[in-house]
Order: sequence, then C-alpha cells, then structure tokens
Amino acid sequence: MDIDTLIPVESNPNIPTISPGDTVKVSIRVVEGERVRSQVFQGVVIRVRRGSANANANFTVRRIAYGVGVERTFFLHSPSVEKVEVMRHGKVRRAKLYYLRDLTTKKARLKEKRPKEKRNDA
Amino acid sequence: MIEGIIGRKIGMTQIFQENGRVEAVTAIEAGPCFVTQVKRVAKGGYDAVQLGFGTAKRLNLPEKGHLKNVGLLKHLREFEASDIDSIEVGQKVDASIFEPGDLVDVTGISKGKGFAGVVKRHHFAGGPKTHGQSDRHRAPGSIGATTTPGRVFKGKRMAGHMGDERVTVRRLKVVEADPERNLLLVHGAVPGAKMGLVTIKKSTS
Repeated sequence: MDIDTLIPVESNPNIPTISPGDTVKVSIRVVEGERVRSQVFQGVVIRVRRGSANANANFTVRRIAYGVGVERTFFLHSPSVEKVEVMRHGKVRRAKLYYLRDLTTKKARLKEKRPKEKRNDA
Repeated sequence: MIEGIIGRKIGMTQIFQENGRVEAVTAIEAGPCFVTQVKRVAKGGYDAVQLGFGTAKRLNLPEKGHLKNVGLLKHLREFEASDIDSIEVGQKVDASIFEPGDLVDVTGISKGKGFAGVVKRHHFAGGPKTHGQSDRHRAPGSIGATTTPGRVFKGKRMAGHMGDERVTVRRLKVVEADPERNLLLVHGAVPGAKMGLVTIKKSTS
C-alpha cells in the first residue's frame, strides 16, 4: 500500500508548477502575536524536491538581500505558503542550481526562457 | 469495549497542522479485526479477547477448526476488554475504538540489525581516532578487572545480535482514526519495517 495515495495531499490552487530557474514571489502567512499578515519572499528557485504528490515536497528560493545571499525552503503543501507567483522562467540546464551560490551580480543572472513563437507562414 | 487492535505499519509521512507546523506521523493499516475467542476466568484463568487480522491463504486443520465461525484470519493476538460479557465471537473491531488525542502503546518487531558491534548496539564511544591507533576505532575497551574477580561479569555489554525483537513504544498520540479506510495515524515512529505487524493498545497510565 502506498502512503501517498492513501493520504492524498491537498494542493494549493494558488501555486502553479514551478521549476528550477524560475523567479518567483512567495507569499507566506506570518503570525505576529495576534495579527496574521502576509510576507513576500522573491528570488530564484534553486531546487524542487520530491515532486508534487508527496507531503514532503519542498522547494528552495534564493535571493540576495543587502548583499547577502538568503535561501528559504518552503513546503509545497504547507498552509503557510499562501501563494506563489512565477515572474520569469530562467533558462537552465541543471535540476539543482547550487552553482549560483558561488556567483554574484552579473554572473548570477539567468537568461529568460520564452515560449517558442510560431512562424506565420501565410 | 476492546482495548486494542492488530494492524500493519504502512510507513511514515508528515501532515500539516493548522498553524503551519509539520507533524511527523506513522500510518498504520488498523484492522478490520474479528473476535475469534472470548477467554473467561472460569475456564482459562483470566479474561481476554482474541482478535484475528488479515486473510490467511492456508491454515492447518486445528486452526481451521478454531476459526470455523469467523473465517480465515492470519494473525491472532489477545487483548484486554472491559464489559467482556457483551462481546461475541465474530464481532468486528475497527479503528473507531480510537479517537484523535488518545494515547496508545504500539508494539512491533524491530528491524533486525544482525551481529552488531558495541558502538552501534550499546552506543559505546569507541577508541581514539588518531594518535597512532590501529584497529581500535570501534573496540569495546576493557571488559573487566584482573585476577579479582578473574571473570567477566554476567550482563556485560558486548557485541551481538541486535534488533528483530519485540519493542513497545508507549504513549503515542493518535492524530487520526478513520474506520472507513482502516487508517490510523499516530504521532512519531513505530517499531518495525513497513508492512510489519503491529498491535495498538490504549495506554493505561
């Protein structure tokens, strides 16, 4: 008996398919005492782990904040992750973008992946 | 009311609580079990209920005779029960005897580790890693004194077979009990391998 089919995870409709290299805006629910507010973490997805059907599925977002690299890992099915917006698809050739940790500024840029335009042959 | 049930460990996963925190849980296929025998003080010297679980492919004649009114069940275990007079042979027992928040004791057969050394088996520290040591890294060290007492004390912790023994983990919290899917989620880990047989009893203390 498979545990993932037995206890299905509820996927959040506000989270699209994300892949490594995407620049994303993650809205996180933060509880401050009594108040609940939303916090945004924007950066590049450097890894996606364990697919989407697994309760353990997670992804890591990297951003440079005030010159310091910051990485946060989110559980894909966590109720704390309210929404994920994909801003840009980066063109990458690896599944895990750990090499970005050693690069800065201009070298850490990723080329944008655009959907192929159809030629209009009349 | 029967105080326990037989099940099969499915595996571990995690679930999200409402506040976003993660809770590690073990999923157990709990039941359905059937009462195969009611033991009474008058006849056997003690009160207990025998439950059966799983489908048996083949049983010998004494087993078939014992289960002739219930069906072919593979595993039989005894449990305590309150108001034992109301329990009848053939009665079904499922996960509905548990509720979220209950504390349970889970018993299983731990994974066998084979012949294990003292570092793994008894958490010895082993020897120094450097300063000219050769083959002393995982050695047990001294196992006793000299002419007095002239022997090694009984019960001295040494290398030997580890695991594959009956282990009970007490007071685990029930997170979910779903009799329809025969599913029981308990907080934390449970002894044994996936698909291993476990018995779940209500905690007494």
